[in-house]
Parts: sequence; structure tokens; C-alpha cells
Amino acid sequence: MILFYLFALLSVFGALGVLFLRNPIHGAMSLVGSFFSLAAVYVMMQAEFVAVIQVLVYAGAIMVLFLFVLMLLSLRDEGPSFIRWSVGKVLAVVIAFGIWAQLALVLGQHDPEALVPQIVSSGEEADSIKLIGQLLFTEYLLPFEAISLLLLVAVIGAVVIAKRRYPGSSS
Amino acid sequence: MMQIPLGHILVLSSMLFSIGVLGVLLRRNAIVIFMSIELMLNAVNLSFVGFAQSMNSLNGVMFIFFIIVVAAAEAVVGLSIILSLYRSRRTLNIDEFNLLRW
Repeated sequence: MILFYLFALLSVFGALGVLFLRNPIHGAMSLVGSFFSLAAVYVMMQAEFVAVIQVLVYAGAIMVLFLFVLMLLSLRDEGPSFIRWSVGKVLAVVIAFGIWAQLALVLGQHDPEALVPQIVSSGEEADSIKLIGQLLFTEYLLPFEAISLLLLVAVIGAVVIAKRRYPGSSS
Repeated sequence: MMQIPLGHILVLSSMLFSIGVLGVLLRRNAIVIFMSIELMLNAVNLSFVGFAQSMNSLNGVMFIFFIIVVAAAEAVVGLSIILSLYRSRRTLNIDEFNLLRW
């Protein structure tokens, strides 16, 4: 239980690092730390599959992609990293804090455990990877195929968008 | 093993989500804004896991699977858009991009 609060605190600090560190690379590393502590939280919630996916895909693939792009683009001084308009700053803080306050208010007024309908499981463990695999290829087969198509479209789109256009080529 | 109360998980998730919103609204670097969006997706994932654990059901985990795939696709396309924007404007500051402003 103590470990949960420790890793929760670490992930919040990582997120704050993204918000406040001026250098985007430092922000990206802080975000990787936040993702790792979230994976630890998932392990504590008995969701091992999600934890593994979190480390492999988020910390491993997506953040490496971010770091590659940050390396490709030369990091000049970008000037002020926050918005200059101070009214906008205040407005942004008010909006974000308002969203958080609303969520916390709803959570404070209702006990979330009472709202959740209890589904009687078949006695199996809630997060066994075997069950997830079976579910993926039976009940969720159509979304699975659709998502693979989405990945293909994303790959082609990325190649087309990021392709360097040479002078003299028709496009 | 003691189960973590759902309320605590949801509070953590809402905190991460608000920090992500703040990052999108405050920062001017396009890549940092993208990282904040990833942070918000993660907060939503966390609440999905919390509810899945609380309901003792696997459907939440399936949703996370799809959310992560969509996040990966979104990151790939977005970063390639940022790359081509940087090639044409030589900056990442989103205040400089006013192509669609009327």
C-alpha cells in the first residue's frame, strides 16, 4: 500500500517534470520515469499484461520515437517555453484546476466502489494473459482487425507526410 | 494482497489528466504538447485499469490494448507532421504556425 503511494507520487512528479522542465529532452526522460512508475502501479493492481504493454510500447517504443525526433531537430533556444500571454496563463491554470476540482468533487460525493456493478467472474484470475488472448481473437476479433488496418494506414501516412520532397519531383 | 481502493486510483488518474491539460495549454513547444497528450491518454488508461480491477472484468484491459495502439498511431503521424512543419518553418514554437489562422 505504501508502495502504491510512492509510485503514484513518482508518476505525478514525472508528469510535473514534463510541464516545468525547459529542455524537451529532460521532459521526455521525466515522462519515461512517469510511465515506469505507472507500470509499477499496474503491477500492484494485478494487471501484469497492461504493465508489460506499458513498458514495451510506451516507455520502449513511443518515447524512443519522441527522443529520435528531438534528436533529429536541432535544439536551438526556442525563446519562452511557456505562452507569453499572461491572461492565457491564468486561464489555462483555471481550466486545468477546474477540471481536476470537478473530478475530485464527483469522486468525493459518490463512493466509486458503490457505483460499479459487481460482475461475477468465472473464478479465473482477472488478468491472465491467456484469457486476454482468447478474448482478443473471439469477441474482439473485428476491432483487432480494424486496429491493424489503422496501424497500416498510420505507417503509410507517416512515410508520406515526413518524406523529404526533392526539388524537381512532381509533388 | 490488499486491493488498492478505486477512489485513490481515480484521484491519481485525474491529477495526471489535469497536468496533461495544463501542459497542452501552457507549453509552446509542439513536442512537449504531444508528450502532454500521451500523459492524458495514460491517465485514462489508469482509470480503465482501476475500473476493470474493481469490476473483475477483462473488458477494460481490452480497451487499454486498443487505446495504446491508437496512441502509437497518433504519435507516429503527429511526429511526422511536426517533422515536416520543422522543415518548412525551422521552429517548433506553435505560436509561429499561423497558416490556418483567419
